[in-house]
Amino acid sequence: MSGTYLGMPAFPTAAASSTQDGRLRANLRYATHTIRDKRAKAVAELDDWARLRAAGAAVKDRTLRHLDHYLEQLEEAVTAAGGQVHWAADAAEANAIVARLVRETGEREVVKVKSMATQETGLNRTLAEAGISAYETDLAELIVQLGDDLPSHILVPAIHRNRGEIRDIFREQMGRWGRAAPEGLSDAPGELAEAARLHLREKFLNAKVGISGANFMVAETGTLVVVESEGNGRMCLTLPETLISVVGIEKIVPTWQDLEIFLQLLPRSSTAERMNPYTSMWTGTTDGDGPRTFHLVLLDNGRTDTLADTVGRQALRCIRCSACLNVCPVYERAGGHAYGSAYPGPIGAILTPQLRGTASELDASLPYASSLCGACYEVCPVAIDIPEVLVHLRERVVQGGKVTRRGVKTVLKPAKGHAAERAAMRAAGFAFDHPGVLRAGQRLAGRTRRLHPRRLPGPGHAWSDTRDLPPVPAESFRDWWRRTRGEEQGK
Amino acid sequence: MRVALFVTCINDTLHPDTGRAVITLLERLGVEVGFPEEQSCCGQPQFNTGYRHLTEPLVRRYERAFRDYDYVVTPSGSCAAMVRDNYPRIAAEGRDSRDLAEAAARAVPKTYELTEFLVDVLKVTDVGAYYPHTVTYHPTCHGLRMLRLGDRPRRLLEHVKGLELRELPGAEECCGFGGTFAVKNPAVSAAMGADKVRAVRETGAEAVCTVDNSCLLHIGGMLRREGAAARPVHIAEILAATEADTRKPAGREGSPR
Ligand code: SF4
Repeated sequence: MSGTYLGMPAFPTAAASSTQDGRLRANLRYATHTIRDKRAKAVAELDDWARLRAAGAAVKDRTLRHLDHYLEQLEEAVTAAGGQVHWAADAAEANAIVARLVRETGEREVVKVKSMATQETGLNRTLAEAGISAYETDLAELIVQLGDDLPSHILVPAIHRNRGEIRDIFREQMGRWGRAAPEGLSDAPGELAEAARLHLREKFLNAKVGISGANFMVAETGTLVVVESEGNGRMCLTLPETLISVVGIEKIVPTWQDLEIFLQLLPRSSTAERMNPYTSMWTGTTDGDGPRTFHLVLLDNGRTDTLADTVGRQALRCIRCSACLNVCPVYERAGGHAYGSAYPGPIGAILTPQLRGTASELDASLPYASSLCGACYEVCPVAIDIPEVLVHLRERVVQGGKVTRRGVKTVLKPAKGHAAERAAMRAAGFAFDHPGVLRAGQRLAGRTRRLHPRRLPGPGHAWSDTRDLPPVPAESFRDWWRRTRGEEQGK
Repeated sequence: MRVALFVTCINDTLHPDTGRAVITLLERLGVEVGFPEEQSCCGQPQFNTGYRHLTEPLVRRYERAFRDYDYVVTPSGSCAAMVRDNYPRIAAEGRDSRDLAEAAARAVPKTYELTEFLVDVLKVTDVGAYYPHTVTYHPTCHGLRMLRLGDRPRRLLEHVKGLELRELPGAEECCGFGGTFAVKNPAVSAAMGADKVRAVRETGAEAVCTVDNSCLLHIGGMLRREGAAARPVHIAEILAATEADTRKPAGREGSPR
């Protein structure tokens, strides 16, 4: 596992191999079940949770409806506070802007706060190509980076690793990037954390440039907000001379008062805490305190197109709490890498095919990476109806339809490879709309029941590889009714 | 009160016993049940796979078939949820949506899942059943999260004479069926099913019961494949059972009865 998400196999293929990995499944099961139980308790403490959730969804919806207005307000406020705002239409543009800004400082090293936006754009790779080393300072991101691996969870990118694996990675790789791991490092959590602390401290004290994302941007004051547990983010935000924040345009909230809602929803949903240990806020620049130069790169990368879709746009409400991942039975078995993007789990299954489109086999398979059990919708703190969007995107995959791409309305053709399924669905549709045909089919099946295999041929064989089919009864309900009740009731 | 049975396509074709059990049960409770033969499938497999437009005629058909009835009762949580949650959505995006919207608006309020109908409309929890077996109950995703059946099925089961209810570990987790999900993502589906079957085995119960035969198809298929002793049984068949028919236990085993 290394490098990139591009060119990864479709979800079912990737998931089929990860379900075979016993250690991965055990790591994931343990981690997700622990956090999901804690979350349930933290949420149950608030008797107005349902109202908070509705309020969060409403604020996000209203903001998204007037996004242009709030973004302009934000730009003005950030500029007035001494920051500079850059607009990036896509990932490549955002990365180019950041690389240029870093180069202009003359530095070759940057420290990074964990950020989904720069994972999404693959910033580290662009920086590396420009000869700039980017150091991840979030503990889990550090583990992923040292292991030449990809994140597999929004909140806990190294959730797929256990302590023993982490110790091995630290021992083998830390020296290559900076301060080596102490001799005889064990897999005790305290020792691992101390090794990371010593390694990172060196980076923080030398760094002249910091790169971050943000959980929220407050339009009225131009304030950015990062919530975290470790404090590494706060060091990145305050120690360097130059700070560059790359943030998706949907992260905006109009006022500080709105922020209050999300600062309750987010920690309980993500880490099951009442409050985040660190909540850092920064507004432009202040003389003699914190970075002297501040750049905000506003990232679109498919968000405006997503906003044009009346059903799918609710995905932009997401506050990246990862609660949906932790309850998802599919994520638990398949692991985060199978989703092939920075956004795994249920939210990834609806966000990625909207941000990237459904042209690739991988992206077209994501809306099907769900049994539609609804657990994700139930926990989502901003009430994103993920099953609804999944079904909506499935329709787009098999039937095509109207979408907006880079601001231009187009009509998508159906994805390839669904012809047989479409024919079967049409045939079934015909039979279901002609009960006489249905009855004839049932009778035929009943009469030939002794001949039926217990395993299916063709595409169904994967199903019957692990399950036996039930025997077909001799008489359908319909025929039984007609035989025993038909005459008297006549209906 | 005119009550119709919506048997659903899976029950009609593969599990006629479930439909017969609903008739037996409701008639025992003094309800006369009709079966309009115009009915067919609720459209769930098509809708959930992305063929929304193919479900439009099925919405109209459903409304037509049950037009003369006050209540439609179905022994399937997922089909009841399909009608209640998705018919209005299908109508909202439909081509000539006015008549679709009207059809959906008429169909939605009269559609009840069986246990809902018993508890909410007939207001019974003791249906006079007898089933001398240990049973574990799996609350299906649609029953749990879309219909919000809550403890209705359990309350009905708790009143069944002779029945011992065993707690299912991780009961609220999806069994992994998900309709075409089982075909499109067979590995994950099987992994989920295996965990569910393990939980069923842990209870040591003789039978695993749900409000939906589609989940039972999946769970039962895996139980059979693993040679596990527990048998899948639809709640309607338990509730319909009385002391008179204990020699023939309800529930499906390895071979057709
Ligand atoms: S979709 Fe909802 S539950 Fe999932 S990460 Fe986003 S906000 Fe959290």
